[in-house]
Amino acid sequence: MPRGKAKITPVKKGTAGRLFKYIFSHYKARMILVMICIVIAGVSSTGATFFLQRLIDDVITPGMKTGLSAVWPKLVRTVAAMAVIYGTGVVASFLYTRSMATVTQGTLMNFRNDMFDKMQSLPIKYFDTHAHGDIMSTYTNDTDAIRQLIGQSLPMVTQSALTIAAIAFMMLYYSFWLSLLVALSIVLMLRVAKKYATASSKYMMRQQISLAKEEGFVEEMMEGTKVIKVFCHEGESKKDFQKINEQLFEDSNEANKAGNVLMPILSNMGNLMYVLIAFVGAIMVFEGATNVGFSGFGLMTAGIIISYLGMARQLSQTIGQISMQVPMIAMGIAGAGRVFELIDQEPEKDDGYVTLVRCRKGEDGSLVETREKTNLWAWKHFHKADGTTTYTLLRGDIEMEHVDFGYTPEKQVLYDVSLYAKPGQKIAFVGATGAGKTTITNLINRFYDIPDGKIRYDGININKIRKPDLRHSLGIVLQDVNLFTGTVMDNIRYGRLDATDEECIAAAKLANADDFITRLPDGYDTMLTANGAQLSQGQRQLISIARAAVADPPAMILDEATSSIDTRTEALVQKGMDNLMKGRTVFVIAHRLSTVRNSDAIMVLDHGHIIERGTHEQLLEQKGTYYQLYTGAFELE
Amino acid sequence: MLKTLMKSLREYKTPSLLSPLFVTFEVILECIIPLVMASLIDHMKGATLTPVFQDGVVLIILAMASLYCGRRAAIEAAKGSAGFAKNLRQDLYFNIQSFSFADVDKFSTSSLVTRMTTDVTNVQTAFQMVIRGAVRTPLMIIFSIVMSLTINVRMALIFIAVIPFLAVVLFGIVLYIHPVFVRIFKKYDAMNNSVQENVGGIRVVKSFVREDYEKEKFHKRSEDVCKDFTFAEKVLAWNNPTMVFSISLTMVLVSFIGARIIITTKGSSLSTGQLSSLITYGIQILIAMMMLSMVFVLIIISQESANRIVEVLEYQSTLTSPENGKTEIADGSVEFDNVSFKYSERSKRYALSDVNLQIPSGSSLGIIGGTGSSKTTLIQLISRLYDVTEGVVKVGGTDVRQYDLDTLRNQVAVVLQKNVLFSGTIKDNMRWGDKNATDEQIEHACKLAQADEFIQLFPQKYDTYIEQGGSNVSGGQKQRLCIARALLKKPKILILDDSTSAVDTKTDALIRRAFREEIPDTTRIIIAQRISSVQDCDNIIVLDGGRIVEQGNHDQLIAANGIYKEIYESQTTRKEEN
Repeated sequence: MPRGKAKITPVKKGTAGRLFKYIFSHYKARMILVMICIVIAGVSSTGATFFLQRLIDDVITPGMKTGLSAVWPKLVRTVAAMAVIYGTGVVASFLYTRSMATVTQGTLMNFRNDMFDKMQSLPIKYFDTHAHGDIMSTYTNDTDAIRQLIGQSLPMVTQSALTIAAIAFMMLYYSFWLSLLVALSIVLMLRVAKKYATASSKYMMRQQISLAKEEGFVEEMMEGTKVIKVFCHEGESKKDFQKINEQLFEDSNEANKAGNVLMPILSNMGNLMYVLIAFVGAIMVFEGATNVGFSGFGLMTAGIIISYLGMARQLSQTIGQISMQVPMIAMGIAGAGRVFELIDQEPEKDDGYVTLVRCRKGEDGSLVETREKTNLWAWKHFHKADGTTTYTLLRGDIEMEHVDFGYTPEKQVLYDVSLYAKPGQKIAFVGATGAGKTTITNLINRFYDIPDGKIRYDGININKIRKPDLRHSLGIVLQDVNLFTGTVMDNIRYGRLDATDEECIAAAKLANADDFITRLPDGYDTMLTANGAQLSQGQRQLISIARAAVADPPAMILDEATSSIDTRTEALVQKGMDNLMKGRTVFVIAHRLSTVRNSDAIMVLDHGHIIERGTHEQLLEQKGTYYQLYTGAFELE
Repeated sequence: MLKTLMKSLREYKTPSLLSPLFVTFEVILECIIPLVMASLIDHMKGATLTPVFQDGVVLIILAMASLYCGRRAAIEAAKGSAGFAKNLRQDLYFNIQSFSFADVDKFSTSSLVTRMTTDVTNVQTAFQMVIRGAVRTPLMIIFSIVMSLTINVRMALIFIAVIPFLAVVLFGIVLYIHPVFVRIFKKYDAMNNSVQENVGGIRVVKSFVREDYEKEKFHKRSEDVCKDFTFAEKVLAWNNPTMVFSISLTMVLVSFIGARIIITTKGSSLSTGQLSSLITYGIQILIAMMMLSMVFVLIIISQESANRIVEVLEYQSTLTSPENGKTEIADGSVEFDNVSFKYSERSKRYALSDVNLQIPSGSSLGIIGGTGSSKTTLIQLISRLYDVTEGVVKVGGTDVRQYDLDTLRNQVAVVLQKNVLFSGTIKDNMRWGDKNATDEQIEHACKLAQADEFIQLFPQKYDTYIEQGGSNVSGGQKQRLCIARALLKKPKILILDDSTSAVDTKTDALIRRAFREEIPDTTRIIIAQRISSVQDCDNIIVLDGGRIVEQGNHDQLIAANGIYKEIYESQTTRKEEN
């Protein structure tokens, strides 16, 4: 499966707004508290600067003339006020950081749960058309970017924005002229910041792409390690690696460079602005220029300039802080966009209403629904037309009529496929890769849907059967075995969650897996990790057969289920399966003809057409494709 | 650990050292700038403009210098850390290339990939933080304290008193939280792993109708992760208020005491300008402390990654080429002498037990056996893809461990069960076998492997581009190309590990005939599922549970009436009936 590729897709408009709505919908009270606390914390940090100014102007300057005792009460009052404001700030920042921890992590959990829940309801098509690496990256990289955004950037930017607003107000309060000067400098700073932040974001994306490329290369080479070794090809593979590694270095270097230089540039531009204000201010003072501000008209004084300089410095620092957050915010919103895209996917459609119920034979021989654990199952079919409910015994009778199908409109895969499988029959499909064997089974259990009435299960149109119930009635063993982290026993029990240990072991014995399982270090309690990496492909197939056997389904699809098992073991497994499936329907897809030989009907598929059908003996007599395959004159795939 | 990592710095040592150097200058400048600013403010109240302009010009020069240093430091830091990461990845990759199969199995492919990507990126981030921040922050603290001391000793003492308090709290939090984070990352990995399993196994989930079960399982995990993360972040949330508290406390104290000093001394031992400089220094010190604790957190988080990287870097492959190994192989004979093998020391069971086997040079050996009977294991010992646990494997009469590894592997060609073709033309792929092979040699090898026939049908013949993983040729064609590739090595021993399974029986027979006629001196070892692939071998062994249970030629084995005959019958009886 291809690994995640970093794609640069435009973010849908309104993603940021939707993100906030999402956060608010779960944590309304907390978010309000957080916002209030951020405002308080922001006000307190600027407010204190204001008090410092008052301290100098109202206390220190007059105090130097009048002596300490005269200004003492005022000094205490001012400092006390400062302490109170600061104290409130500390409390506020404590409250909001703690609340933010809950909000951030809680939101991430909600995102993950929503994504996972949605994922369970998506059609197989989604998974066939999306790289698994990309889906994974939504859970890891994208949620991580969102964490940065809500946990760090959001509070920081909010607070900084407040600080900027407060400073801007105070600047205007003191002087319009100087504010104009500051505004000009700020515009310049923002332009520079934008340039670097854009470059940084661009190279960060590139870095992601190079990283994904390198990951892909390393993965291909690791898979091919054995080939590299037997051909002593290490030197060449190193050379190829170096090329890709160099590219990653360049992108990573550029991305970091753009991010790193922003801060020193902005802070020194701030310093230059400081000097500029000092110069202009000083000239105005000495020239006796008139000052205009919210505070009114008046002469420009040194005091105004001094407090102005302090504010200018704080302003440039704050802008620096915000601009550092820009790439993070961009990545966070892009991440949220991808998360929402997954959450917005159309779920698998299911208009089925026929359900599967346990039943028993009534006295008059009719079927009666029951809660008892019987071995009889029936399709409960409610007829809207006359309001009656009928019960049809589950038998495993499957028919397909003139089925045409293609995964995409441009490429048809199946042409006019018809087949009948009576209960107790074993139907086999043989054909080259891409002939459409697996497609047929994808249609039977409705991984993919086709128009009404073409496939019937026990005479019922399968589109009317609820998907979970339909799938309960079908066991499926796939060629690519997927085992889950857990013990061997857990994995077998996956077939039927209420199966006892004994039932699981019996199923394993039936699948001929008991022998090797008992020889594993901890037997049935051996932990399987990484899709059962410690087992051979054949052993994993045996477990997967046991898993299907424990489910004890009325019909079963074996899709290349024994392809990696040797012919001798396969014969033993087949004997066991034949016993289990006596009187039930089995579909077998196989490449190896010994697997399908004893089937009741064998269909030979070629490019989506059934070209031959019959028993093994009949097909041999026909001396057609099957005969050629069997005698080895023809190769599959 | 650090020493091993630092070895990968190499040519990026200069930028990695230049960066802290420029940072030092930058810090010095940053500390002088407020001093000049203070003087400028004081001059504002003076009678002439000249001193203001003088200070202003000095400030501009300082700011430009600081800009230069800051920019250089940033650029060098980016280069140093990106380069360090590049070298780390390269060193990892190169060392992994020297790993034996057993080593790769031990680490697992996916773990090696993670170490080369995520872990290196983590270390890169931490390294950049260190070369930029680890110098800047302590320097900032020291300079600021020194500067404050020059302004007013009593006031500077306030900062010095607050620092230990802040240090204890910040670092206490980090140390307390570290084990929590280690635990969380494990849970986090497990949670993501369960998503991956779910995505990969979605067909299984759906066909067993286990959607709700999976949801429940996942919710439990994600809630667990959320709980732990929230706890950790709440602990970390103490950082910010502590910081704000310390800044506030110093501000209040400095203002109060400062005001008193200015007033009582009438500005002689402290001026207003100096007071605001002091406050600037105070904030700088505290912010530096905060940065330091962040660097500390990063280092601690990346420590786990660093450990995992070093583990691979320091790993010495158990299977190495001997010094002055033999570079001549006498002939293609193979001998197994009481060979036993298990995959890891911890395995309880042997994969191979007491194997004794003589394969004369130029003969052919067939190997038959069930799933997990260790057929592949047996042949992998010949080209030293694994080393024996007990006993000796000899090629050409000499223990394989005495040969130079490249010599051995060039003379023992293995066509693996899992055939891999790489993206490139057919010729490119063929030249894996022999870099200098001429077009005629390639064609000849392909003819022997019965591949020439279908290659000629491709419009671009031998220049046909093979997609990654060989997805544009059929299984049977891929197998024949792989055989041709191995033939180009002109080996003394050729091993085919189930490598004609997708080839039809007629072509299979043609390949074997070509071997017999064209390369009769090459020892051939053939593993197969199909009896027809091995029945004309000089000698056939049957493996079961890692032991040779039957041995002989086809007729002898049929006569012995054992497993071989059973397999033979399972593949042929029905056919004869018809």
